[in-house]
Amino acid sequence: MQTSTSPTAPVREELDAVVIRFAGDSGDGMQLTGSQFTHSTALMGNDLATFPDYPAEIRAPAGTTYGVSGFQVHFASHDIMTPGDEPDVLVAMNPAALKTNLADLKRGGLIIVNTGAFTDGNLKKAGYTTNPLDDDTLAPYRELRLDISKHTLAAVEDFELGTKEALRSKNMWTLGLVLWLFGRDMQPTIEWLGQKFAKKPEIRDSNIAALKAGNAYGETAEMPSGIGVYQVPKADLGAGTYRNITGNEALAWGLTAASQLSDLRLVLGSYPITPASTVLHALAKLKRFGVTTFQAEDEIAACCAAIGASWGGAIGVTTTSGPGVALKTEAIGLAIILELPLIVVDIQRGGPSTGLPTKTEQSDLLQAMYGRNGDSPLAIVAAATPGDCFFMAIEAVRLSLKYMTPVMLLTDGYLANGAEPWRIPKMADLPKLEAKFADPDNIPEDYHPYLRNPETLARIWAKPGMPGLEHRIGGLEKHFDSGNISYDPDNHHKMTKTRAAKIAGIAKDIPAQACDSGEAGDTLAVVGWGSTYGSIAQAVRRARSKGKKVAHIHIRHLSPFPANLGELLGSFDKVIVPEMNNGMLVKILRSDFLIDAQGVNKIAGQPFKVAEIEAAIEQHLG
Amino acid sequence: MSPSDPIKLTRKDFASDQDVRWCPGCGDYAILATVQRTLPELTQEKEKTVFISGIGCSSRFPYYMNTYGFHSIHGRAPTFATGLKLANPELDIWVISGDGDGFSIGGNHMLHVLRRNVNLQILLFNNRIYGLTKGQYSPTSLVGLRTPSSPFGSVDRPVLPASVALGAGARFVARSVDTAAKHLGPMLKEAHAFRGTAFLEIMQNCPVFADGTWLHATDRATAAETQLMLEHGKPMIFGKEKNMGLRLRPKKLELEIVKLGENGVTEDDLLVHDETNQAMAFLLAAMEPPTFPIALGVLYRAPAPAYDDAVISQIEATIEKQGAGDMDTLLNSGHTWTVE
Repeated sequence: MQTSTSPTAPVREELDAVVIRFAGDSGDGMQLTGSQFTHSTALMGNDLATFPDYPAEIRAPAGTTYGVSGFQVHFASHDIMTPGDEPDVLVAMNPAALKTNLADLKRGGLIIVNTGAFTDGNLKKAGYTTNPLDDDTLAPYRELRLDISKHTLAAVEDFELGTKEALRSKNMWTLGLVLWLFGRDMQPTIEWLGQKFAKKPEIRDSNIAALKAGNAYGETAEMPSGIGVYQVPKADLGAGTYRNITGNEALAWGLTAASQLSDLRLVLGSYPITPASTVLHALAKLKRFGVTTFQAEDEIAACCAAIGASWGGAIGVTTTSGPGVALKTEAIGLAIILELPLIVVDIQRGGPSTGLPTKTEQSDLLQAMYGRNGDSPLAIVAAATPGDCFFMAIEAVRLSLKYMTPVMLLTDGYLANGAEPWRIPKMADLPKLEAKFADPDNIPEDYHPYLRNPETLARIWAKPGMPGLEHRIGGLEKHFDSGNISYDPDNHHKMTKTRAAKIAGIAKDIPAQACDSGEAGDTLAVVGWGSTYGSIAQAVRRARSKGKKVAHIHIRHLSPFPANLGELLGSFDKVIVPEMNNGMLVKILRSDFLIDAQGVNKIAGQPFKVAEIEAAIEQHLG
Repeated sequence: MSPSDPIKLTRKDFASDQDVRWCPGCGDYAILATVQRTLPELTQEKEKTVFISGIGCSSRFPYYMNTYGFHSIHGRAPTFATGLKLANPELDIWVISGDGDGFSIGGNHMLHVLRRNVNLQILLFNNRIYGLTKGQYSPTSLVGLRTPSSPFGSVDRPVLPASVALGAGARFVARSVDTAAKHLGPMLKEAHAFRGTAFLEIMQNCPVFADGTWLHATDRATAAETQLMLEHGKPMIFGKEKNMGLRLRPKKLELEIVKLGENGVTEDDLLVHDETNQAMAFLLAAMEPPTFPIALGVLYRAPAPAYDDAVISQIEATIEKQGAGDMDTLLNSGHTWTVE
């Protein structure tokens, strides 16, 4: 540990877990500060989870409450699953950040406040009529008041930057201080600054100077009473090589891995949309893997291009969020009747309509399940954690290729941007994905494009370019026995039933539903899907440690459900379903299994707190 | 293909076993026949030929071709074609669209496929009406057209497909007539030979809902006066007597019709067709009888890098420079740490 060799090495108080929230103006660089702190923390061997929370506006007017950007990181000496309910430490870079975040800070928590930003103008923009530093607003907390602006200007004085430019380094000064408070190493950040500003040595050096000055301030300044220095020992993670990963990175890499595992070209059609765009960015970089990215003119074109690519024998993928799925709906229906592979990634955000673009929600489940004209079932899988996005991307491709069907992969804004330490898998450990194409040298006598594998019901995949297999496909109903257009009533009935049976049959090919904790026959089942995994897992474990008979069931395959799900749910006295929507999975479970499942709903654009799930468990256990 | 090469495939090889279900007398029959007749001259690899359509009467076209065919959704054919081309650049793709499919619901995709210059051919069947939905006015219908959805006459101003294509940045724009097999066949070949998006507007008659919509331009009896057959490098002359010509009106950027031999006008005064001149192409695209003859042939041809070529070469260049990707290396890139 860097501080252990320092001449003024302090005695560090050992903490089990800490939640820090960095909050400032969206121009203050809080996302960078948070991710650099996260990075240093990961290298210390802590388990961690992060939650970036930023405004939809790129640069909202400086100093206003709606321009506040936050980054929360939870790190611990044990395994953790959420970014934490309440921050132990709040860094407030200006009055607006204080105003919007103070209510979340734990009573007795530490607040680090940049007094230099508490000017009359900033106070007014934040909506304060009196200065909260002058009254008892901060009385319930431990305070560290610092004029970070002034300290930063002093630290970078030698670089002769303009004041505005010089003040940009105040996030690095702050980071230096917080790294010291928690005994984290500065070196990774110094290296990162070196890389980021390699071509701008002045900016690089001034930022490093600010970082070091903040760190030195911690070491040398007399801290007010009650402000200690801390350490959080390493977590006991399983053996292996780890990295930090966000959900969108994991997703992009999972899709690329699926391309490698199947030896098929990955073709992404995508249109920029929050919070999905970073998947497009990540894949656009991976040309050396033969990944083709097509930034289409709109969401529809993006999806249609992916379908065209699939017909051509590639893995066609389209990535988007809820409003984009709405636009792609007709094309997804086409892929269903064409029976072609297609991966539709929906990184959900608050809706309806444009809704809350930068906030998280799980409110596209019914859209994914039912939001198309006609009887149009498809397969749906959902990732539970940022790292799980990697594996669920591969699973989506596996199902899509094997069953010749669109697969919807659901994640959300919280998984997309949140990071966790991730044990890096080895490609050799991942099963190969098999794509079965028609064989031009061995054409079945009764060949037609809707000839099916009797076991999977998948139709034969003949690629344009294969001699002797020329065929026509399209959005009109096809005859079961010839693949030609058919308006025959009985045939349409049969084809509709066949498409449904094909999807239903996937249940035989996915793992049986297990309890994440607890077991069948407990009193209460807490059933979740998607990004609520961490909060539910932690809440259920806490409840179980208090002796409660409660189990956690987390569903990754949502269409079809695992074959044993109904039976499993039926073994509990009560079933509750926490969701970040107004009750979607709960509706499906009730209708599919005729059980009296009850919803626990939070529609605030924010993930569940562990305490909120715990309270629901208490309430339902009576 | 040179004339000495043996031609194995015939028109029949390109006809599917499906009954053609257009209305009797539909211009689409003539186009289908010319396409089926021309394809054997263009390719001996039927399996690499793909027809992709949207929705509408014309979009049934792929079902009648014994090649790979894709009848997609309304207006989106260019997007499926782009994705397919990215998956397999070896394929020879023909997009079949109509005036409603291509310039109403699919207008956005038409704009973008043209500006990207994806290597494929677009055949736009322009009959100036919605046929499959039973006769509503289309984006190319003229003002005043009475239809079930415009019983008092359409008040929509029409779009000129060739002008829009040029405006979108198309690098190949040509025009022909459904029943003019001797002109349409060669135009299909020119379109096919172009590396990039070749846009070919075909004036097509709908005998049921818009019969005679192009008659003022296509009637054989008056065609010599109402059609200007474009030839690169040749002065623009038309008329039964080959004595009418086009020239720029002095001091104005507009065309006028002049008569050779009148007021001292000679061939030297006439405009010479230059396929690579976009400004001239715009002027030609806007001409319509009775004021001007309609311009048929290649209005504009100015090759530029094709989108799919650029995409593939960027990928290949990256692999050459960085080496083929290794997934384990990628997963372990950046900061990692090991827990024993």
